[in-house]
Amino acid sequence: MMKVIEGSHAVAHAVMCCRPDVISAYPITPQTHIVEHLSQLVADGKLNTEFLTVDSEFSALSSLVGASVVGARCYSSTTSQGLALMWEVLYNSSGLRLPLVMTVANRALGAPLNIWNDQQDSVGARDSGWIQLYAENVQEAVDMTPQAYKIAEDPDILLPVMVCMDGFILTHVYEPVYLLEQDKVDSYLPPYRPAVVLDTANPKTFGAFVDPSKFTEYRYMQWDAQIRAKQKIVDAALDFQKIFGRYYGGLIDTYHAEDAEIMIVTMGSVIGTIRDCIDSMRAEGIKVGLTKIRSYRPFPAEALQKALKDASVIAVIEKDTTVGNQSALLTDLKAALYNSKLRMPVLGFTAGLGGRDITVTDIRKMVEISSRAKDGVAESDYQFLDLKKELL
Amino acid sequence: MQNLFAPGHRACAGCAMPTTVKLILDAAGPNTVVASPTGCLEVVSTPYPESAWMVPWVHSLFENASAVASGIEVALKRFGKTDINILVIGGDGSTLDIGMGCISGMFDRGHNVKYICYDNEAYMNTGVQRSSSTPYGTSTSTTPSGKASFGNPRPKKDMPAIAVAHKVPYVATASVAYPVDLRNKVKKAIATPGPAYLQVNAPCITGWNFEAGNTVELSRLSVETCLWPLYEYINGELASVKKIRSKKPVEEYLKVQGRYRHLFKSPDGAELIRKIQAIADANVKKFGLVD
Repeated sequence: MMKVIEGSHAVAHAVMCCRPDVISAYPITPQTHIVEHLSQLVADGKLNTEFLTVDSEFSALSSLVGASVVGARCYSSTTSQGLALMWEVLYNSSGLRLPLVMTVANRALGAPLNIWNDQQDSVGARDSGWIQLYAENVQEAVDMTPQAYKIAEDPDILLPVMVCMDGFILTHVYEPVYLLEQDKVDSYLPPYRPAVVLDTANPKTFGAFVDPSKFTEYRYMQWDAQIRAKQKIVDAALDFQKIFGRYYGGLIDTYHAEDAEIMIVTMGSVIGTIRDCIDSMRAEGIKVGLTKIRSYRPFPAEALQKALKDASVIAVIEKDTTVGNQSALLTDLKAALYNSKLRMPVLGFTAGLGGRDITVTDIRKMVEISSRAKDGVAESDYQFLDLKKELL
Repeated sequence: MQNLFAPGHRACAGCAMPTTVKLILDAAGPNTVVASPTGCLEVVSTPYPESAWMVPWVHSLFENASAVASGIEVALKRFGKTDINILVIGGDGSTLDIGMGCISGMFDRGHNVKYICYDNEAYMNTGVQRSSSTPYGTSTSTTPSGKASFGNPRPKKDMPAIAVAHKVPYVATASVAYPVDLRNKVKKAIATPGPAYLQVNAPCITGWNFEAGNTVELSRLSVETCLWPLYEYINGELASVKKIRSKKPVEEYLKVQGRYRHLFKSPDGAELIRKIQAIADANVKKFGLVD
């Protein structure tokens, strides 16, 4: 059923359809509408779940560690400072191999305090062992939710998953969305039945202390599960398509990529603007295309090597930076290309920090700079695209 | 006695904590799950692939055991298993300091979780650093005695009072030297719906520095000197107190511990001992310990 609905409410509806046993969350802008709507669904008797209103984001994720060890399907949502406060539990829950699912309503990290969108928060958690999926629009954020559970709870994977959606831009937008049908979600997503749980009939120890003789192997198995999750993410998208008829690519997706000389690589809601730009630039004869990252962790190195092999120049645009180096997706991508022997220029552009709009003008400027690099004109290979120099 | 905390763990000889845990689990029985924070208990009892726990047990982090237990409680409720005892057993650092926010939240939400703190009055796992449970005048590795220091300058944080202020229906203190009392209090905590808080005096042989074999005797001395009053608060009211028949001077307790040796060597020691005696005397008055 298609409905004009706020992004947060559409995601809350998707969460409800996944039949979570326990939800635990703490309020933080711009995530609040998701959990408020879930609370209302509980209050209205539409959602049967244990809903915990806790004392912090740290407690939110910690309580889900307890619930998940008992075998519950769990959900939380947070952003920015809240995600940073969860930091210790992020590593702990993925190390414990608990298939939690959490929506991250991407927002800048302070200081300076800023409640608006960028992706510094989840990008900063990229090494925590959580799988990270990035949604382009509300519909994809909705559809990624059952996919996230399917991937997380796969007995071969057992890793937590973040569904990242740009704060305000996607959480607070009203747009037409196909809400998930409960019967279809039920046929897509089987109940969670973990093999080992906290059970008095079969006492087990969880979270033991591991010395140097075995720690590496634990970490390796976690690393290996993320790598193996690549195929599961592709399968989850294809299985979803069979039941719901919607598909957004597996690890990545492409747009006008086949003959693109200038290839833009990015993730999240800016892709909508970029698609429009590509349409108009193509009409002008500019051979520009897009490669969209759906899965940032695991990082789709092989898929990117394949998708980018014929490009003359690559332009990576992202809403984060790595203070002291270049931006995160850019450096990950360059690392993935190095041993593949692909040697086109790769330019990096940080933009849209702290909620600044990435405009059509910005995208065109980036394409122009990239086009000059394609023709051999050397410029800085990393820049803040929308920097107001007069304010420095 | 059921042995739900198996031998072979790595605790020091003379440590009160394993005895305390054994008594707690004996009272709680096998229909129990335990969450523990990081600390001595976690480290000595679960060196992978071994475990001393004969009941289901989980460790996540240092400061979040009460939040983890909150999640366990709601998930068990979700699955219709409301008859399982849910305990947190952790040390004073994780309870009075770093885990304070999570504990406050767990109490506030009214989870049916029984929080038991084995109190050895400092961070023993990391090498005897001061916690907010360290008593006044104690020499620790971060409040060492010296020419310009008499040890910890602050009194013990009153965690049971904080639990009472959260309207926790059952709050009690106990000591490893009074096993019947300890067991009864665990059973009472479990029988009382909602959260409970129990703080157990548990001497640490390395941190307190006393003669091996005197663990129980030392904990008894803490009670008999009135530095560790045994009491229960039920629904916010003081419901029971262990009366002390022949109250002992605090010197008897202090002089047998290395952590107070400086009090008997420095010229200011006598004044400090008088101040510690005043803490004990205040306990006598507050709880009516002596008839």
